[in-house]
Amino acid sequence: MTTVTRRYRFCASHRLHSELLSEAENQRIFGKCNNPYGHGHDYVLDVSVTGELNATTGLIVRLSDLDRLVQKEVLAGFAYRNLNQDVAEFTELVPTTENVAVVIADRLRQCWPDYFPYSSARISGISIQETERNSFEIVISDSVPLSVKLNESVIVNA
Amino acid sequence: MFITRKAEFSASHVCRVDSLSEQENFDLYGEESHASGHGHNYVLEVTLEGDPDPVTGMVMDLKELKDILEREVVQPMDHRFLNFEVPPFDKVVPTTGNVAREIWRRLESKLHGAQFKLAKIRLFEGPDLYVDVMKEAAA
Repeated sequence: MTTVTRRYRFCASHRLHSELLSEAENQRIFGKCNNPYGHGHDYVLDVSVTGELNATTGLIVRLSDLDRLVQKEVLAGFAYRNLNQDVAEFTELVPTTENVAVVIADRLRQCWPDYFPYSSARISGISIQETERNSFEIVISDSVPLSVKLNESVIVNA
Repeated sequence: MFITRKAEFSASHVCRVDSLSEQENFDLYGEESHASGHGHNYVLEVTLEGDPDPVTGMVMDLKELKDILEREVVQPMDHRFLNFEVPPFDKVVPTTGNVAREIWRRLESKLHGAQFKLAKIRLFEGPDLYVDVMKEAAA
């Protein structure tokens, strides 16, 4: 098996704030990330695909299809947006980069078969950098269920 | 323990399959298929797995590792047109995956000692694309 990883970039703003917590608790837990008007980051998203190299083409998947998937399902809705206001999942979920990673991984997994009907390759992981000093990685395997259930109340363990 | 050593080389290549049409090649490889070729600054990361020697404290002599990377990869590929000058890319399309696999093939037997073995290579074609080849992949 070989793994190819493609890097994408997007900038977005967010505010870490939970309606389930008091103002004081939000301040204590999220600190400056709770400032009322939000703030932004230049995110770096790595998407990894694992599979066999095709003997003729030397490719695992067509990179243009991977670009189309990531562009349409993630970048188009995230780039130059306010994550809290503009991305459906974050009306209830706090857009920490942990949760941004979970949402992106779920979206890419769910839409994968539509973009790669010809391929047995699979999405094997994503990694997202919020800044150069922190990054969040999810290993994706078929045995792990999707993680975000929309319209279900979200409990924040403070 | 894992130790990783980096090496760089710059090379040109073109990704196309002769039996396919211009449009089919473009659909597969995009801009990489333009007939005259283009180049990249490749960055190779080679990761060994092993235990430090009880006397020297080294998994492998890094000077020796550097020399092997230089001899097997950098010297034959640096400032070359891979399709024309570096076999098997006269017959095999030099996608990042195939170049990574060829580098693995060249290194695996050379980087195998009593206390260490080649665990992984990562080949960056540029800052936004890389391929990993690991032990089980090339078995």
